[in-house]
Amino acid sequence: MGLLDTLLGRTRPVQPNLDALFALPSASITLQAATDFAPTGTGSVSFRAAEGKAFSDIEKDVKDLLSMGEAKSSVEITSDSYGFTWLICTHDPDDIEGLVTDLHAVNSTLEAGGFGPQLLCTILSFRDGSGTRLGLVYLYKRGTFYPFAPRAGERRDNATEIQVRGVLANDLKIEPELGRWFPVWGAPGL
Amino acid sequence: MARTRYATDRGLIARMGATMFMIGLVFTAFIIVIVLLLSRYSNVSNGGIVFIAVLFGAAISFGSYYWSDKIALSTAGARLVGPQDGPMAAELHGVIDRLCALADMPKPRVAIAPTDMPNAFATGRSSKVAVLCVTEGLLRRLEPNELEGVLAHEMSHVAHKDVAVMTLASFLGIMAALLVRFAFYSELFGGGGRGRGRGGNDQNALPVVLVVLLVGIVVYAISFLLIRLLSRYRELSADRSGALLTGQPSALASALVKVSSDIARIPTRDLRSAEPLNAFYFAPALSATRGQVTLSTIFSTHPSLEKRLAALDKISRQLSR
Repeated sequence: MGLLDTLLGRTRPVQPNLDALFALPSASITLQAATDFAPTGTGSVSFRAAEGKAFSDIEKDVKDLLSMGEAKSSVEITSDSYGFTWLICTHDPDDIEGLVTDLHAVNSTLEAGGFGPQLLCTILSFRDGSGTRLGLVYLYKRGTFYPFAPRAGERRDNATEIQVRGVLANDLKIEPELGRWFPVWGAPGL
Repeated sequence: MARTRYATDRGLIARMGATMFMIGLVFTAFIIVIVLLLSRYSNVSNGGIVFIAVLFGAAISFGSYYWSDKIALSTAGARLVGPQDGPMAAELHGVIDRLCALADMPKPRVAIAPTDMPNAFATGRSSKVAVLCVTEGLLRRLEPNELEGVLAHEMSHVAHKDVAVMTLASFLGIMAALLVRFAFYSELFGGGGRGRGRGGNDQNALPVVLVVLLVGIVVYAISFLLIRLLSRYRELSADRSGALLTGQPSALASALVKVSSDIARIPTRDLRSAEPLNAFYFAPALSATRGQVTLSTIFSTHPSLEKRLAALDKISRQLSR
């Protein structure tokens, strides 16, 4: 943001960076090789619904688009207590490419409708043998990923998160500022 | 490049630019007049007055800028909270986390003021040390989406660096006020007397001080009005960015109505204790009665409720096109 924008009180909505999502399939293979975590086949996209018909039309388009696919995938829409809408896509756990393609389709539909700045994050969820949960969160506005390992009672397992960061350092652009590893408690689909 | 729904409000930008230009113009004219007066009737005590006024003004402005977060927090009696400090703090942190991720901003510190009056403010000299403070009354009264709108408005103030801009704008007013005061004192005690003692300047010494006094008063009055005008434009643009960030201008509008109408019912003692913080608050604590325009409107730090609601309606219409 330039000096003039500051003086005039202008902020530009940040446009999302979508293509980084396609790094997820190879990252999930790396994660499986180095740790106990395996993808659950569920991924979710979170966005802030804007008011008005223009947005609800696009939301409907997205849902139609995803339900048209093969029968083995499913899509579900929920909203959380913060007012964010979550689109949860479920595929076969082996079909991470298909899942990521669906997630990308959601994003590009919203972006094409002019609602790109409404996108919050995408989460790809993993689970290990003992049922411990891990989410890889993609922040659109930063174009970076970070691990999120929620535990019971709104605590997070920082040790696992740091370990995953080390494992994925070569596959994904991990968010360098730890202050931006925002927790997403109770994220649907995680 | 995908199309964007976020049209810029050219009218608002032009009016704000004109206001800032006027503040700069008055400031420059003020300096030129003072320098001309002093070079014409060179008098040591008058030069000292100007120098001291500039020095004091700069010190006051810098202090209030540098410690803005600490000053505002202690005036409001607020305490900083972490995400683990109770359900209220946890909810607040959750909303702010999401807004920061949505806006790509570093997360500000979060504070809660134990006041029942519903309000919020953001302060701090940069987005790294910014503090976002809300009162308990606000958390109790607003729905989650309204609270989100208010927080987005406050985070826009941080993104627009409003503390820095308003401090810079107020510098002129502070300096003019100090100059008036010093000129007045120096006229009372000694300044004029010394002029008479040296003989040569005695004809001019008194009028120069008087002219400086007069110029100072006029400049102070003009800059006061301009700063208030600028403050109102900053509020409108924070409303605008906040509404665009959440995509819910109507939620912000309903929060505004709730906060402003609730305030009218609060006992005055509580209100007066919140008075010094007005410029940073979400809605002014002492709001003008509806329909009353003229004086109260041009002196207030915030635009009227009607104006803010009309601006938000316009954004809502743009979004649903």
